[in-house]
Amino acid sequence: MRYSQKGMATTPNKLTAAQKETRQGFVYLPLIAGWWVRGTLLAVSIISMFALGIAMQGKIYSGAHDILEMLGLVGDLGNGLLYVVARVLGLGADQVMVTTADYGRAFIVVAGLLNVIAAVDAHNIRTGRKA
Amino acid sequence: MFRPDHFTAVLLFALFASVVFGITQRDTPRRMVRFGIYCFVLFAGSAIVLSWLMFLIAR
Repeated sequence: MRYSQKGMATTPNKLTAAQKETRQGFVYLPLIAGWWVRGTLLAVSIISMFALGIAMQGKIYSGAHDILEMLGLVGDLGNGLLYVVARVLGLGADQVMVTTADYGRAFIVVAGLLNVIAAVDAHNIRTGRKA
Repeated sequence: MFRPDHFTAVLLFALFASVVFGITQRDTPRRMVRFGIYCFVLFAGSAIVLSWLMFLIAR
């Protein structure tokens, strides 16, 4: 490289990893090509998990009487609007009566935690920390 | 009311959690898919292995 070219952008070396994958013909690329598709996948996963939890008669935490209930409430609150709608409509069970209700409680709490992870990821994309 | 058996609940949990983990924890589509599959296999596989361990311990 000549001295006069030093520091100038050279296109072959400036490809991002996603562009390289596109050139290599990544077969699953259309499934998760853009952020709209990825956002839709995240929304479908989290809302489905919450809905399945409700359908299993999972418990929605409304108060924190001990440390475990406090942790459950924090997880539930991560669902945001879904939690508010569930509380307003009186969805879910007050007490865990059957085995599937315990699975449902876990589904609802984990949906809230996954929602928090998705929100942090969106923030990282907005601030440029993640491509 | 939806009443799945335990293993169906495990598979549903693993599927949704793996989708979210794959998309949020990796940068490129190929790595997202690979990490998602990796997480799904670990979730489901660890449930199967732990189930067999508990079955053998309980005997």
